[in-house]
Amino acid sequence: MTVNGNGKAPVLVVLQMTGGNDFMNTLVPYTSGIYYDNRKTVRIDEDRVIKINDELGFHPAAAPLKEMYDKGDVAIIQGIGYESSNRSHFRAMDIMHTAEPLTISTEGWLAKAIRDIDPEGKNVLTGVSFGRGLPRAMAAAGVRVTSVGDLDTYGLMTSVEVEADRAEAMDIFKRFYTPAIGSGATMSYLKQTGDDVLTGIDRLQEVPGQYESTVEYEDNPIAKGLRDVARTHIAGLGTRIFYVQHGGYDHHAIEMPAHENLLAELSGALRDFMDDLREHNAAEEVVIYAFTEFGRRVQDNGSGTDHGSGGGAFIIGDRVEGGLYAEYPSLDPKTYANGEDLSHTFDFRGVYATLLEQWMSVDSVDIVHGKYEQLQPFKTA
Amino acid sequence: MSTKAVESKTDPALLAHLYRRVGFGVTRDQLDQLAEQDYAETVEFLLNPTPETGIPEDELTRYMGGEAMHAYLAIWLYRMLNSRNQLQEKMALFWHGVFATGLIKNEHVLSGTNQIEMFRRNGMSGIRSIFMDLATDPAMIFWLDNNENHLGEPNENWGRELLELFSLGVGNYSEIDIKHASRAFTGWTFAQIPPVYPHGYYPADFLFDSDDHDNGEKEFLGHKGNLDGGDIIDIIVKQPACAAFISRHLYNFFVADEPQVPTWNDIPPQDPELVDAMSKAFLDSGGEIKDVLRVMFNSDSFKNARFKKVKSPIELVAGILMLAGEYTDYGPGLAEYVQTTTFNMGQLLLNPPTVEGWHTGKEWIDGGNLTERVNFAVEQIGDGLSPGIKKIIDGLVEGDSLSSPESFVASTLDALGPIDVEESTREALIQFASNTEGDEARSRVVRMLRLMVSTPDFQYA
Repeated sequence: MTVNGNGKAPVLVVLQMTGGNDFMNTLVPYTSGIYYDNRKTVRIDEDRVIKINDELGFHPAAAPLKEMYDKGDVAIIQGIGYESSNRSHFRAMDIMHTAEPLTISTEGWLAKAIRDIDPEGKNVLTGVSFGRGLPRAMAAAGVRVTSVGDLDTYGLMTSVEVEADRAEAMDIFKRFYTPAIGSGATMSYLKQTGDDVLTGIDRLQEVPGQYESTVEYEDNPIAKGLRDVARTHIAGLGTRIFYVQHGGYDHHAIEMPAHENLLAELSGALRDFMDDLREHNAAEEVVIYAFTEFGRRVQDNGSGTDHGSGGGAFIIGDRVEGGLYAEYPSLDPKTYANGEDLSHTFDFRGVYATLLEQWMSVDSVDIVHGKYEQLQPFKTA
Repeated sequence: MSTKAVESKTDPALLAHLYRRVGFGVTRDQLDQLAEQDYAETVEFLLNPTPETGIPEDELTRYMGGEAMHAYLAIWLYRMLNSRNQLQEKMALFWHGVFATGLIKNEHVLSGTNQIEMFRRNGMSGIRSIFMDLATDPAMIFWLDNNENHLGEPNENWGRELLELFSLGVGNYSEIDIKHASRAFTGWTFAQIPPVYPHGYYPADFLFDSDDHDNGEKEFLGHKGNLDGGDIIDIIVKQPACAAFISRHLYNFFVADEPQVPTWNDIPPQDPELVDAMSKAFLDSGGEIKDVLRVMFNSDSFKNARFKKVKSPIELVAGILMLAGEYTDYGPGLAEYVQTTTFNMGQLLLNPPTVEGWHTGKEWIDGGNLTERVNFAVEQIGDGLSPGIKKIIDGLVEGDSLSSPESFVASTLDALGPIDVEESTREALIQFASNTEGDEARSRVVRMLRLMVSTPDFQYA
C-alpha cells in the first residue's frame, strides 16, 4: 500500500470531463500518418504539439498540464475503456459512474467507497460534490453525501431576518426532515437529504471565511469548482472524496477552437489548484483523477469528431509517479473496434481498483465487481 | 379564503391536482369557478387552446421583448403564470425537455426561441408533423450537427438521438439503423439569408441541399430503398415502440415520476395499463398527441396520482409566484427567476445539461438544490405582503380557522392548494401551531406559511 508522506488521510478528487474528451487531440500521436490521414481538419499539426517523447505530445493549450507532467506529477492512462464501449453519452457515463457495463445499476462507485470509509455515515462531508446536481457516481441508497451548488451562499432560510423566527423555523424544519422509514423511496431520500444539509451546513458556512490564498484562479466553471474543493479541503472537515465537473467536451462540430478553450481552462485550473494546496501544505494527501465517458472516432467528420472509444484519463498529485501508463491505443486500422474506433488497452475498472486500493485503502472487488489488473502510479517511498 | 357556498361539480382538490400538472398551479378564485363545471369539460378546454390566451401579446413584446435569452424566458414565465392555455405552455415545456436543445452551443437566440414557439404551436398536434418540424428546425439541426451531416461524410449525432432519445428508445433499433438513418438526413441543413435591411438577429431557414444528399440505397428497420429523412420519420411513427416511448414520456412528465430514460429498455413502466391505453390511442389516431393526452388526463390513474411527482425547478418557482399573486401584470424582475433562481436549483431553460434533457424526479433533489428550493420559497412568503399571500392571510385571520392548532394547520393547507402532507409533517406543523398560540395572528400565519413551503411534501406536485 502506498502512504502519503504527511500521515494525513488520503483524499481523492474526481474530475469529470463531460461529453467525451478527444484523447487523440489531447495527447497527440504526432508521428502517425494514420492520425493525420484520418484527421484532415480536426488535428494538431506537429509544429504545434508540445512533445513529451518522439511519438506523443500535448495539445498546445494544455501547456500547464505539460509543465506538471515534466515535474513528474501527472500519470497519463492511455487507452482506458472496456469491451463493447457504449457510444451513448448517458449510458457511457452511467457505466463510468457505476463500474457496471452490462446491467443498469443505481449504485455509484464513489458512493460505495464512501460507505466503506464511513460505514455509519458519521460525517456527511466524507463525500462532497460541487456543482449543479449530484452525479450518480456519488449516489447510493443510504449513503450520505453533500452536494453544494455555490459554497459562498450555502445556508438555509437565510432570508428570515428575525433571528428568533429563523431559529423557531429551523427547529420545526428539523422535524420535517427527520429520516423515517415507510414513506416511500423518494420521500425517504428527500428527508435524508434535508437532514444531511442541516448537518453539513454549519460547518461548510465557515469555510469561505477561513480561506486565504495568494493563488488567483481564473474565472471559469472548473476553476471555480476546484477552488471550492481546495477551500473545503484546506478547512479540514474530513472530506475524503470530492467531485467536480467540467462540461462541454462533446465536440461533434467546430471542435478546434472549443476543445482548445476547454483544455486551457482545465489545465490552468489544475495547476492553480495544486499550487494552492501546496501553499497550504495540503497537497501531499490529495490525488486528482480526471476522466471522461469515452474517446472519439478516429476519423473526423470535417468539423468535429463523433462518439468513439479508447479514451484517456489522468492521475495527478505530488505522490504520483508521473509518466505514461498502459499503452496508447493502436492506430492500426486492423485493431479498431467497430472498424472505426480505437480499441481500449486498459480496463477502467482496473484504474478504479488502483485508486481505491492503493490510494484510499478501500477494498475494490465489490465496488468494481471483480478483480482487474491495476497500475502502479504512486510513489512508494 | 374565498370558498363559495355553491355546490361544486368537481372536487377542488382534484382540480388543484390537474392544474399543478397541466400548468403551474391555479389561484383559489379560478379554482372555485372551475369547480362548477365537469372535470372532463375542463380537460377539453385545456386540450383545445383558444386564441384568447389572456396575454397582451403586443404590449408584452414591446415592454419585455428583446433579443436576449433572458427576455424571452421572462416572457415565457409570464405566459406560464397568466396564460389561460396552461396546457399549451406545459406542452412546450414537455417537448423542450424531450427534444432538449441547448443555446449554449448555438448562441443564436432567435433559433432557440423559435423552437419553443414551434412547440407551443404544434405541441398537441400529430407526431409526424412534430418530428418533421423538428428535423427541419434550424436550432435542432445545429444542436445535433445535421448541418455537418454530408454525403460521404455522415455525422450520426442527429440520427442517433432521433432514435435513442426522441422516438424509439434503446433496444428498438441497431447501430446499422443509425448509420442508414443518418445518411437519409444528409443535406438537411439550414440557411441564413440576410434580409434587405439586416439589423439584430435574423431567422435561419431550413434548406434541403440536394447536392449533399445521399441518394444511395438504405435499409432502416426492415425497409429498403432510397430513403430520405421524411421516409425515416414515416417508418418511425408507425412503430409500436414509438407509441410506447412517447406515451411513457408523457406519463413521466404528467402523471408520476419514472426512472431516467436510458433505463426504460430494462425497467418496465410502473403503470403499464395506462401507458398501454395511451399507446393504443397513439396508434389508433396515427399519433395525435391530443388523443393520447385525453386518455391520460381522464384516467383514474392520473386522478389518483396526487403528489407523485417531484416539481421541476420551473414548476416550483412558477407555482410559488402564482401563489404569491406576483406578475399578474407584466413588469421587470421576471427574468431573474428564469435566469438565476431556477438555474441555482438545477434547471436553466433553453440550456438543458445534455440532449437527454434534465434528469427528473428524485434527481431534482440534492442537498444544494433542496437548499435553494427552501430558501426561495421562504423568501417569497417573506413578510406576507405580496397580494396573493396577503389574501390568504386575510382569509385565515378573518374566520375561525385559527381556533385550534389542528384547524389552523388544515385551513392553511387548504388555502395553499389544497395540498396534502404526510402525517409526520402535519404533526410537526401542529406542534408549531401549539407553540405559538397567543401570538399575533398575522405573524403566526406568515410563519406557518414559511414552514409549509419548506416541507418535503411541498417539493411534490
